Amino acid sequence: MAKVKSLADLKKMKEQLQSKVDLREKGEDPESRVQVKVAMATCGIASGAKTVMDYFLEELDKRSIDAVVTQTGCMGYCYAEPTIEVKLPGQEPVVIGYVDVKKADEIIEKYIKNGELVDGIIPMNYNTIDNQ
Amino acid sequence: MHMLVCGGTGCRASASDAIVETLKSELAAKGMENEVQVIMTGCFGFCEKGPIVKVLPDNTFYTQVTPADSAEIVAEHIVKGRKVNRLLYTDPENKQHISDSKHMGFYKKQLRIALRNCGVINPENIDEYIARDGYQAIGKVFEMGAQAAIEQMKKSGLRGRGGGGFPTGLKWEIASKNHADQKYVVCNADEGDPGAFMDRSILEGDPHSVIEAMTINGFCIGATKGLVYIRAEYPLAIKRLQIAIDQAREYGLLGKDILGSGFDFDMELRYGAGAFVCGEETALIHSMEGERGEPTVKPPFPAESGYLGKPTNVNNVETFANIPVIILKGAEWFSAIGSEKSKGTKVFALAGKINNVGLIEVPMGTTLREVIYEIGGGIKNGKKFKAVQTGGPSGGCLTEKHLDTPIDYDNLLAAGSMMGSGGMIVMDEDDCMVSVAKFYLDFTVEESCGKCSPCRIGNKRLFELLERITKGEGTMEDLDRLRNLSEVIKDSSLCGLGQTSPNPVLSTLDNFYDEYIAHVTERKCPAGQCKSLMQYVVDQEACVGCTACARNCPVNAIAGDRKKPHVIDTSICIKCGACIEKCKFNAISIQ
Amino acid sequence: METVKLTIDNRQVEVPKGTTVYKAAKTLGIDIPVLCYMDLGDMNIENKPGGCRICVVEVEGRRNLAPSCSTTCAEGMVVKTHTMRVINARRTIMELILSDHPKDCLTCAKSGKCELQDMAVKLGVRNIPGQEYAEMSTYKTDFSPSIIREMDKCIMCRRCETMCNTVQTVGALNAVNRGFMAVVAPAFEQDLEKSPCTYCGQCVAVCPTGALTEVDSTPKVIRALADPTKTVIVQTAPAIRAALGEEFGMAPGTLVTGKMAAALRQIGFDYVFDTDFAADLTIMEEGTELLDRLTRHLNGDKNVKLPILTSCCPGWVNFFEHNFNDMLDVPSSAKSPQQMFGAIAKTYFADKMSVKREDLVVVSVMPCLAKKYEAQRDEFKVNGNPDVDFSISTRELAHLIKEFNINFADLADEDFDRPLGESTGAAVIFGATGGVIEAAVRTAYEVHTGKKLPKMDFTELRGMEGIRSATIDFDGLPINIGVAHGLGNARKLLEDVRSGKANYHAIEVMACPGGCIGGGGQPLHHGDSSILKARAAAIYREDAEKPIRKSHENPYIHKLYEEFLGKPMSEKAHHLLHTHYFDKGNKDIYI
Repeated sequence: MAKVKSLADLKKMKEQLQSKVDLREKGEDPESRVQVKVAMATCGIASGAKTVMDYFLEELDKRSIDAVVTQTGCMGYCYAEPTIEVKLPGQEPVVIGYVDVKKADEIIEKYIKNGELVDGIIPMNYNTIDNQ
Repeated sequence: MHMLVCGGTGCRASASDAIVETLKSELAAKGMENEVQVIMTGCFGFCEKGPIVKVLPDNTFYTQVTPADSAEIVAEHIVKGRKVNRLLYTDPENKQHISDSKHMGFYKKQLRIALRNCGVINPENIDEYIARDGYQAIGKVFEMGAQAAIEQMKKSGLRGRGGGGFPTGLKWEIASKNHADQKYVVCNADEGDPGAFMDRSILEGDPHSVIEAMTINGFCIGATKGLVYIRAEYPLAIKRLQIAIDQAREYGLLGKDILGSGFDFDMELRYGAGAFVCGEETALIHSMEGERGEPTVKPPFPAESGYLGKPTNVNNVETFANIPVIILKGAEWFSAIGSEKSKGTKVFALAGKINNVGLIEVPMGTTLREVIYEIGGGIKNGKKFKAVQTGGPSGGCLTEKHLDTPIDYDNLLAAGSMMGSGGMIVMDEDDCMVSVAKFYLDFTVEESCGKCSPCRIGNKRLFELLERITKGEGTMEDLDRLRNLSEVIKDSSLCGLGQTSPNPVLSTLDNFYDEYIAHVTERKCPAGQCKSLMQYVVDQEACVGCTACARNCPVNAIAGDRKKPHVIDTSICIKCGACIEKCKFNAISIQ
Repeated sequence: METVKLTIDNRQVEVPKGTTVYKAAKTLGIDIPVLCYMDLGDMNIENKPGGCRICVVEVEGRRNLAPSCSTTCAEGMVVKTHTMRVINARRTIMELILSDHPKDCLTCAKSGKCELQDMAVKLGVRNIPGQEYAEMSTYKTDFSPSIIREMDKCIMCRRCETMCNTVQTVGALNAVNRGFMAVVAPAFEQDLEKSPCTYCGQCVAVCPTGALTEVDSTPKVIRALADPTKTVIVQTAPAIRAALGEEFGMAPGTLVTGKMAAALRQIGFDYVFDTDFAADLTIMEEGTELLDRLTRHLNGDKNVKLPILTSCCPGWVNFFEHNFNDMLDVPSSAKSPQQMFGAIAKTYFADKMSVKREDLVVVSVMPCLAKKYEAQRDEFKVNGNPDVDFSISTRELAHLIKEFNINFADLADEDFDRPLGESTGAAVIFGATGGVIEAAVRTAYEVHTGKKLPKMDFTELRGMEGIRSATIDFDGLPINIGVAHGLGNARKLLEDVRSGKANYHAIEVMACPGGCIGGGGQPLHHGDSSILKARAAAIYREDAEKPIRKSHENPYIHKLYEEFLGKPMSEKAHHLLHTHYFDKGNKDIYI
């Protein structure tokens, strides 16, 4: 391991390491961040949800978007897998179906960055214990 | 996703190691070992409900987890996104599950500065500390210079968290002004108060903050060598601290020319054998020198002549843990927290007859009531609060009337107790205050080093007097002697141990004099704790003469014919309680 | 000199910076009572652990009472030495100390000379409240050949530790155990016999109570005197005559040689002899050995060991057997005067008087406790019969004189008996540090050069400086001489010799500060160096008044060689007057 030679080095290092523990500080207050939940039940995984999740993890980080990506269970829309739920700070969550890498890119660029709705939004018809 | 598992000594004792293993294997079985990291952190503080597992980013706080729960947590929460309700904290008021620790009474009033990284980072990974601004404070201190840093420390109003409450900045300034070819920074990690474990938790959960603070201290006073005097019975803290030191060395954050500043600093561990008196700084230094661990008269203070006769600054773990944040966020930020004369926060170890036993950190000035009722969740089993003892074995017992006292150094002292290192033991109506005083004296008698006569002999005599009283042999003269002896011991002992050891006696005499009187004049223990003063009596009305008690009495103290009320011969009875246990008719009571 | 001004009991005083409150008060004529405190005056060593707390005073602005013995004066300090608070604390502390002290004053060896007893009287303690139910700390009594440790009587003043560790660097005594059970003991609580103790007796000399006392051999002496079949002879060491008078109220430095001889005769010794005779004999043997080694060295013999070290002091012999076991061939092989006397008495004198060895009892009066051990060494016995049967200290002789109801002050001077009572001035000065080597120089010079000494007094070898050195001109040949007294000084000097830093031809070492006049068996001087100086002056006075002042001119010594030994270092002399040393290492102290 190389030595940390100066405060500037240390700060650079901190920037690189930040994401490692970011989750813990921001996890304390998920409401302030973009939350992406990927349905990762058997149905979702079979339809490629894992690829989608990895893509979100990598790309959101790369595009410097402060977001939390988590997996979740089956949302019940097995016909539209992979499905994801996106919640922008202060807004109601939206669920989007048939998400692949291309769609994911669109979601990031349009909805997450600019708040423009994209195709494939599935209307929500139930509550979860979290938003009770 | 991150799963944080508490790796404090308490939770590890409840198999948190196994929880980490099972979580990892369950995740691997589901193919999710890359998405979800399982990290062992330091103590979360809520020891009553440990082991704790916290899931991020959805901030779910699982309590009393066992390794057998791992499969369900992974299958339900991680895979399906459904929280495992039965492992969530239940609000004692409305019986609702609470998943976010922010909403729990235990955490609501807490402000974690010294414990900021405990339960958040992996203490065995320096990167996580750096990611949380670690070691930036030392860089900032190099830029601002030693003088300015000491000024910051003085302005912050930080006072020693080991018990004395001496202003830290002033201590540093004195040590910085004494010139010598070699100076030392000593971290007092000889946490000796029974029940107090904040220093251990910090070292286990955030060892780098102590290393960074000691380096800052070294730079400020011109010391290049640091020593941590740590109890040998803290193996986990020792291990994590050693790992942290090794990592810091590897990164060049300890050693030569730290961050290109030209400043050299390194440190090593010294193990203490667990003598309470070695928490006193001069005794600690003698112990490190290989001498008998006993205090010497101050002055000279260690700042003038300490380890090996060189200027030495001694601070305790919690004090050090505060320092990097103070440097980074500034003295003003810190001094805005707390009460007028006591700034910042204080960590307390809550124990005794209280619902939420654990480690808490609150701003100075929080009242005892807030701590006991809001954070501590009130008295166990709905019993009545009687007293709270602060400051470890030599603190005083405070009562109902002190509950709204804002906790700080001066208020506690004025109330006849002290801050000490932050022990807080709650007593309820079942506790006999004479026995409580005796219990603490038993400890100080055992832990006195024996150097000065008031402490060596006086505490022994105090203990003997208390024992007489609890046995019902005390006289009113004994109560006078108890007070005079306590005052002389307090006034004339050599070190902090003897100067405070009579506190439990004096404070109980002040606040519970009627209990002493009851023991002495009526030969009765109002709390029903003093065995010698109790009598087992069979209620002649309720007894049906089943003979169960008589058959189970180990000393044949119970006589009576079948189907006729029995009688206990109190001169034979050894008060073992076997009869009460066996009586199905609640006919036997203690009076 | 920098000074500070302070107020003590409403009186202003100005003292040099660094002065303690106790000493500052003394300048005002205020004698604050002290118990554990001990001032070794010229040695610049104080025992002030601040442990007994008897000397506490009130210092304005301090929360607690301060020990005046170890509190340094500060500018503007306001001290009160006898407020009610102080008096109450002092009395209570005294009661505490006495509550844990045996009450067998009537038969205690220290009765009448006990500082604890004196303090109890001074502080007016008439009863000890609660004594009936106060537990006493107990400890096994340790009997060694020289010293008895009765730790039940130890008050933890730590004076013995200061003597054993700081002054003598022997390291046999240290505080062990904690709190109420704390005592001073050898490492691992071994007996003294298994410790590196040298039996120098300096601990006994300063013990304020009866915790450390000499083994009392007077009953055995009385039994021998009462046995008609025994011829009992006595020898008295040079230092006795300069100190014995103090036990009878005479001023330090009063010479009582004649009264002492008279008293011994009245007690009933058959012959009253003088160890001084054997001292002259020692010079003949040791001086010859020195010249022999010197001549061989000058002739280029590489095997010869220089410097030669004196071997008359048994404490010193024990010390180097323990600590310098690599240098056992360096000291002179000559026995000590006590043992030379015994060897000659039980051969030459016994033959002369036609008394069987078993029927001759040799008693020695020594200023020393190590002599008791030396007399019991196996190599100084023939078929189990020791050369010296009993060795008693100056203090024991005083007890004997008192017990025999002899009015010491009124005794008319008497002379020693012949032949073993005749001595020279050279022998007398054996009693003071530097005296042995001066005596050796007087003889060696004349033997080596064949010329008469130009002057008799080698003042450069005298004095109280811990380590002294001088070069004596042996008619063109410079002889480097070193002198050390106190084993700490001996250690320093010997370490310099071992490392080759020091270059001496001969070194005199005495274990006790001041030499034999300050021996562990002498009247207690409580560290007052003026008493030691007065005793030394008396020794040199006696020397100056002696008609013969060089050992080799003692006519009875000549006669002894002519009739019996042949010449110095002859085979017979070797057999009777020389010994060898044993490696005692430190192996015994490890269990």
